[in-house]
Amino acid sequence: MNLKRIGSWAIFILAVIYFLLPLVGTLEFSLRARRGVYSLDAYRNVLDDPQFQQTLAYSVILSIATVILGVLIVAPTAFWVRLKMPRLRPVVEFITLLPLVIPPIIIVFGYIRLFNTSSILPLTGSARGTDFLLAAGYATLSLPYMYRAVDTGLRAIEVQTLTEAAQSLGAGWATVLARVILPNIAVAILSGAFLTFAIVIGEYVIAALLNRPAFGPYMVWMGSNRAYEPAALAVIAFGMTWASMGVIQLLARRTRFTKG
Amino acid sequence: MAFIDLTSLGKSFGPTPVVRDFDLALHQGEFVSLLGPSGCGKTTVLRMVAGFETPDSGDIRIEGQSLLRQRASQRQIGMVFQSYALFPNMTVADNVAFGLRVAKLAPAQIDKRVDEMLDMVGLAAMKGRYPYQLSGGQQQRVALARAIAPRPRVLLLDEPLSALDAKIRVALRTEIRTIQRQLGITTLFVTHDQEEALSMSDRIVIMNAGRAEQIGTPEEIYNRPTTRFVAGFIGTLNVIEGQLGTEGGTVLTCAGGRLALPGTFGASPGETLSVAVRPQSLRPAPIDGDGLRGTVRHVEFLGAFTRLHVSCGPNTLLVDCFARDLAANLSVGSQIALTVPPDEVLRLSA
Repeated sequence: MNLKRIGSWAIFILAVIYFLLPLVGTLEFSLRARRGVYSLDAYRNVLDDPQFQQTLAYSVILSIATVILGVLIVAPTAFWVRLKMPRLRPVVEFITLLPLVIPPIIIVFGYIRLFNTSSILPLTGSARGTDFLLAAGYATLSLPYMYRAVDTGLRAIEVQTLTEAAQSLGAGWATVLARVILPNIAVAILSGAFLTFAIVIGEYVIAALLNRPAFGPYMVWMGSNRAYEPAALAVIAFGMTWASMGVIQLLARRTRFTKG
Repeated sequence: MAFIDLTSLGKSFGPTPVVRDFDLALHQGEFVSLLGPSGCGKTTVLRMVAGFETPDSGDIRIEGQSLLRQRASQRQIGMVFQSYALFPNMTVADNVAFGLRVAKLAPAQIDKRVDEMLDMVGLAAMKGRYPYQLSGGQQQRVALARAIAPRPRVLLLDEPLSALDAKIRVALRTEIRTIQRQLGITTLFVTHDQEEALSMSDRIVIMNAGRAEQIGTPEEIYNRPTTRFVAGFIGTLNVIEGQLGTEGGTVLTCAGGRLALPGTFGASPGETLSVAVRPQSLRPAPIDGDGLRGTVRHVEFLGAFTRLHVSCGPNTLLVDCFARDLAANLSVGSQIALTVPPDEVLRLSA
């Protein structure tokens, strides 16, 4: 084994330690709820907590709504920009990157000011209206990831030729999108969807300031009131993210329409 | 009345005119090729007919009805693309059924039509496969079946054979023509390959710089090119310039000798003319006879024939001859005389 190879392995091992050590520490700590022995008590407490189930269910439903909203906004936009307005691509890319530099607190205060009970569109006046605002906020936060995922998917197919082929067979824009373009970028959309899911599950600021029972505020509440349960919650959340990544890989492999 | 009428079509991309004052009339069931070099506007014409580009001027009519207000999806025009453009997420059968499903045909009717189409292109056994599981030739057959399945009024073929290897290309062009004749579908075919155009078409449109340079049957285009561009684009050609004379019949006096011309050749004595001669029309003759004289500069053996490069004054003429027509001692540096049957000399207008 030469020196270069040893160096590569050393960097790899250091990286693994850097990433895994905190996780192992968190996992180990989450198992110490019972004095002197390892147990799953903290996990049991978390899973049995009705608030955990309610907030998780709420966030999962909201993440599905966010993904639908995101796909409805991003997929036609990215498709249209690629097909008809390629010159606008840098502008659209810049706009989709804005949520990375504008803090969520700005977005949520903007929402509260624009859609409060004394405004023309008083969305914050009802639970459903606030839920919609929350989904819109999440869709904005996930825009950089969703747009890039969809755009990468579109880059991998011959958008213009496939669109024209479908049109020459009598398909209108809706049919082209629904039956030709979206199925061929399904894996890319799924990647974006799971990234969105990960953002929605952990997001705190917008949900807390709109006062909605989401998983993010629940994790913060748990962190400030319990000892071992937050660690268990962190491991569960981490597990969910990994499971999402696994599903992306699995689906990517099963829906491969090209050689190789 | 023509089935399809393209009148005074014009299209520019930015300041660059791509198609200029283009006229073409296609009769029902006709197979017409648009042939020309890259960037001559042939694909733009096709895309305007398909509805993917909007003409800046002119009109496109099918059976007298203008298509300009119709979207591509409403025109009932089938199209086959160079890159096949099969839907990767669909099987062969689903690809062929796509247009029929969009047209909301009954499922039983769709199944029947898909089977008919796949039988026609010889891919019935592959209906369950995905495009990536097929070869290029098979994919293009599926694309053809998919385009004709909804029984379009017109079929557009945009360089459908260019991505295929030579053997498949030859087989598929015969197949496309057979199917086109069988269905009697009016077809507009874009190609830059003259052999394809000559072998497949009822008529050929030679395009140059956005304009139709000459429209005619393959024989007319090959044997009677009207311009220097057409003559040069179709096949190999020698262009000879000279002065028209009338001593002992109509003759062209040029560098290297004299060429006999048919009749008056539509020109007046003393006029300077450009004529074209195909390499196979030039024949070696006895050195002391009439014709052009030159020196053999290069001899190329090309299998069925031998190509001589002969310098006649400032020109180098290409001469294709069968081995039996060549003198045994002919080699580089030999003096040679060349004659041309008068009716094989082509007059060029520009």
